Amino acid sequence: MIYLLCLVLFSIGLYCILVKRNLIKIIIGLVIMEYAVNLAFILFGYRLGGRAPILAQDQTIKNMVDPLPQALVLTAIVIGLATTALIVAIAVRIYDRYKTFDITKIRRLKG
Amino acid sequence: MTKNSKGMTLIVKTITRLTVGLILLYGIYIVLHGHLTPGGGFAGGVIIALSFVHLMLAFGKEVALKKVSRPIASLFESIGALMFLSIAVIGFVGGYFFLNFFINKGTPFKLFSAGIMPLCNIAISFKVGAGLFAIFVALVLLKIDSEDKER
Amino acid sequence: MNIIPLFVVIPLGSAFLISLLGKRIKGLPDSLANLGTLLMAGLSIYSIFLIKEVGVQVYKVGGWTPPIGISMVLDGLSSFMLVTVNLTAFLITLFSISYMKKYTAKWKFYTLFMLMLGGMNGVIITGDMFNLFVFLEIAAIASYALVAFGIEHEELEASFKYMVMGGVASLFILLGIALLYSLTSTLNMADMGRVLTAQGPSKLVLFVSVLFLVGFGLKAAIMPFHAWLPDAHPSAPAPISAMLSGLLIKVLGIYALMRIFFNVLGAQPAILDILLVLGTISMVAGALLAIGQEDIKRMLAYSSISQIGYIVLAMGIWTPLAILGALFHLFNHAIFKSLLFLNSGAIEYSTGTRDLREMGGLNARMPLTGTTSLIGSMSISGIPPLSGFWSKLIIIFAAIQSGHFVLALIAILVSVITLAYYLKLQRYAFFGNLQDKWKHILEVPFTMKLSMVILALICIMAGALLLPGVREIFLKPAQDALYAGKDYAATVFESIR
Repeated sequence: MIYLLCLVLFSIGLYCILVKRNLIKIIIGLVIMEYAVNLAFILFGYRLGGRAPILAQDQTIKNMVDPLPQALVLTAIVIGLATTALIVAIAVRIYDRYKTFDITKIRRLKG
Repeated sequence: MTKNSKGMTLIVKTITRLTVGLILLYGIYIVLHGHLTPGGGFAGGVIIALSFVHLMLAFGKEVALKKVSRPIASLFESIGALMFLSIAVIGFVGGYFFLNFFINKGTPFKLFSAGIMPLCNIAISFKVGAGLFAIFVALVLLKIDSEDKER
Repeated sequence: MNIIPLFVVIPLGSAFLISLLGKRIKGLPDSLANLGTLLMAGLSIYSIFLIKEVGVQVYKVGGWTPPIGISMVLDGLSSFMLVTVNLTAFLITLFSISYMKKYTAKWKFYTLFMLMLGGMNGVIITGDMFNLFVFLEIAAIASYALVAFGIEHEELEASFKYMVMGGVASLFILLGIALLYSLTSTLNMADMGRVLTAQGPSKLVLFVSVLFLVGFGLKAAIMPFHAWLPDAHPSAPAPISAMLSGLLIKVLGIYALMRIFFNVLGAQPAILDILLVLGTISMVAGALLAIGQEDIKRMLAYSSISQIGYIVLAMGIWTPLAILGALFHLFNHAIFKSLLFLNSGAIEYSTGTRDLREMGGLNARMPLTGTTSLIGSMSISGIPPLSGFWSKLIIIFAAIQSGHFVLALIAILVSVITLAYYLKLQRYAFFGNLQDKWKHILEVPFTMKLSMVILALICIMAGALLLPGVREIFLKPAQDALYAGKDYAATVFESIR
């Protein structure tokens, strides 16, 4: 059931990218999509009643969630950070050149 | 607000002066205990970068750039990356890339343990901290440049 | 000492060294980048002979045995791709020594270039699904930055478009990897293949295939997902256009598709049919769109879409002969598309324009560029005995052999259209009367000439790779590795022991 939430988030992000005209809103849509995928990945590793996979002194762990997706999602978040930083920098530069964030007005290329 | 109008109000500046050192210290703590507790190179590096970002937001860009200028940030970034890579390459000594090459790995749950992992964490924290700060500075300076042009 | 990790270590190390010291020491970026790519080209050619002698090699990173640890796999296909990538990359760096002089921050260019190369080598060499994603993103992020390198209006716009498309593609790939992980509880590609074979076919695998098709299809610019390519590739500096069009779309798109679809998920009939359709569409539409272009680099970019269509079509036919054709066309396309983009860079270097209507008669002033460009154009349009002829011939034969007569006919027709628009390019740019304003332009510097001549020579000679005796060394291992399909898992686990 909860996977539906990820699907909804993913669709919201995709809608945002496809429909919105503002560069910043497109970037936000991309970030929402990324979080939807990350959330789904974390949920795949979840186990009912599981605890965080942290090994501590004098403790035995009985029922823990899968730690591998968490490590992978951390990596994915870092990659997402780099992409977002670069795309924001490009958007700022575009604003600098065109003086607008509206993609309908930024049309020098035919596509 | 007459004598030092750069940055935010006095309240923010005072609070920043009190907290920024603690934030930096907390970041370093997280990096050094990365192999024992949650967190590690990335999270610690982000916190370290945030302390400088905090400084910049409160006092304006001159103060923060005096502490860490852009060339120094990119220098640290490259050093961090090279350090990580060389840790990986030193593993060749034992025959494998990224080999945990310390013979004595120490006792678990002590600060000096786990072989190369703390070193990797430190390298990553250099890379992430300097990189994130450089990104922030680049975006801020870009904005200031374009504002200057408009005037 | 094992050479496998060096393919990742050398480019990344030189990238960081260049970013550390390149600003201070003049000449270091050029020499380090060229040395690095030359070294890797040598190592990749050595790896072919290594495979011939020792067989498939699996490298355990950090001494952890797969499937627990990350592994790097060097088999016939990887080594084939490594040769293609590193050889072309070396010639492109040779070209950019002189070409990039007009840009101010040469060291930034080389840092990003080497990062991109490291990412591509990583994608090729890795045996781990998530590692593939990470390397793919390294290469992709470096390429986004390189497209925007000139920071002018068009470059920024193209880069933004490319980044949004690329970002969505990466998310589809990540979602696919997540679903595969939840299905198989492993990330090692060989182990994944084994588990999937044991579980049998399921609907989820088909869904994952579609996700990957969208993701990698966006990266490879197969037709419905192509919109970013004609903007992004012409906007970058010429060596980067050559790199993007010649190598990046193949490594991130086609190679990853091949490896995952055939070696991990297994060749599913439904997916093969989709590949056939998509390949045909992009082949035809890319060629038709290319005819009308006036910008030389835009025409080349549309032509890339069309040629990628040939490769995808051959992948969809899925017979040993078709796979041979796909791989050989991939190699040839990397060579001649790089050559043509470098030619366009040379024209831009001398005349400062990319518009075909403004050129004319450049043969008189730039004979070497004209000749190499003629060789490249004829090769890509499939004139015997140049390399493009042989690979297209194999693909068409394979289509006829497997009963796809209509597709074979379409492939021949598209080849004719290709010839038409390349003749247009030659006619407008190099033949005809020399305009007055180009009377005093000069031929390009030595290193640029050298790299173009070597690429043209490879174009002429590449047909020899099909000769019996030579084919067993270079193309056959790659063909076998790919056509083995799900036996990939067995091969990998065999060589661990």
